[in-house]
Amino acid sequence: MTTESLLLSVAMAIAAGLVGSFAVMRRMSLAADPLSHVALPGIGIALALHIHPVFGAVVALVFGALLVWAVEERGGATTESVIGVVFSAALAIGSIMTTGEDLIEALFGGAGALSSSEKIFGLLVASAIILFIIAFRNSLIIMMVSPDIARTAGINVKRFDLLYLESFALTIALGLRYLGVLLMGALIIIPAATGKRLAHDLKSMLWISVVLSVMSATLGSVISMHLHREAGPIIVLVATALFLLSLLPRRAWKRA
Amino acid sequence: MEDIKAAVSAGKTLEVNNLSVHLDTTRVLKDLSFSVVKGSAVAIIGPNGAGKTVLLKTLIGSLPFAGTVRWAPGVRIGYVPQKLDLERDIPITGIDFLNARAAVARKPAADISTARALVGISPEVALRSIGAMSGGQFQRLLIAFALVADPNVLLLDEPTAGVDEPGQEQLNQLVQRLQKNQNLTVLFISHDLSVVYQYADNVLCLSSEHAWFGPPSTILTPELLRQIYGGEVSFHVHDH
Repeated sequence: MTTESLLLSVAMAIAAGLVGSFAVMRRMSLAADPLSHVALPGIGIALALHIHPVFGAVVALVFGALLVWAVEERGGATTESVIGVVFSAALAIGSIMTTGEDLIEALFGGAGALSSSEKIFGLLVASAIILFIIAFRNSLIIMMVSPDIARTAGINVKRFDLLYLESFALTIALGLRYLGVLLMGALIIIPAATGKRLAHDLKSMLWISVVLSVMSATLGSVISMHLHREAGPIIVLVATALFLLSLLPRRAWKRA
Repeated sequence: MEDIKAAVSAGKTLEVNNLSVHLDTTRVLKDLSFSVVKGSAVAIIGPNGAGKTVLLKTLIGSLPFAGTVRWAPGVRIGYVPQKLDLERDIPITGIDFLNARAAVARKPAADISTARALVGISPEVALRSIGAMSGGQFQRLLIAFALVADPNVLLLDEPTAGVDEPGQEQLNQLVQRLQKNQNLTVLFISHDLSVVYQYADNVLCLSSEHAWFGPPSTILTPELLRQIYGGEVSFHVHDH
């Protein structure tokens, strides 16, 4: 792994930890997976048109987030059904359009050298997401507690909702090369879920999620190199192991 | 929908004209008109489902409506909702929540302690997760949250719901004190008619078909209350 590639995976993991913290607090853990699936048809179209698959994925994800936002704005119980149906269909369509090696790589992430345009794009997007979440964390918290209160506090709830969903979608795009369509949602959600168990306030929540996300990504990559396996599944297993560890202290605490 | 901050008559903080609100296909409010004098307290009463909460949500711009809602220029609204659905283990403390408000309103940290002390939340309670607070503690926190940004209008949706008896009295007195000392305009929803009688300058009484607006002495009559709530409604008027 080159230094640049390592730097990019750390930036991606920081973004995942931050975006994930708000995702688990907003109770949208289950939306992470279907939304990431929408990348697949984007990759398929890009491959058919002979353009870089990552850019196809980005376009599809940005559009997918816009769709979730528009459906959520309308409100009601339909949101979950729409997400379930549309994004499962996206996975099906994407699987038909993408085949063989390309499909496996898109689903689980794949090796292959990163192009310099990919690295620059990745670092820029990761920095933008990290800055957005840190700069607007207070508005995001108030919105999460109550959109009504947020409105009276002068927060443009609609706009921030969209910006947050797009940050979420772009974080998935960042991780596609490392974890793939099926597993990137897990790197966003699992470290944050662990953070939520261990943290007592916002600051500790964000720190724990970020540190665990970066640990999962780097440790997972190192282990996968030694085992000569794809990194994605191992990264997710490391994150899961850390989550399971977080379950221990409380049980031990209760026994004492 | 008209501009929410268009001109209002002198001395008025809020003017509502022919307000109608539909939720999906159900009409909740119809042709409602009233105005609120600056610095006054208005109680909103009525049976469940009469649209009290819907009215407050409409006034803050959270629901689409027909008719006009005009706020005086320069209003800073503090809104205290009725009940929020929070997870017990959410890692946001009371202090995190108040800090967030101060940061968004660009207020100094000192204002947080002032607001916290004003509503009677101890520093220890403020360090608890907002999901683990009792109903009364969280209610106080929400009022403190509204106060951090130095509002001149308070909209309170049953501010004492879930608060113990002495706490209710304290909160009612706090709101009244704020209203008088800082010349706040207060709109509050209440089911406690004795509180309404004691604190409100005017009462807006909503039912599914009609609305009445006026001073408590003319609105809180046994005839009207029987008509709205059905059966006998009695309340005790405190003498002061």
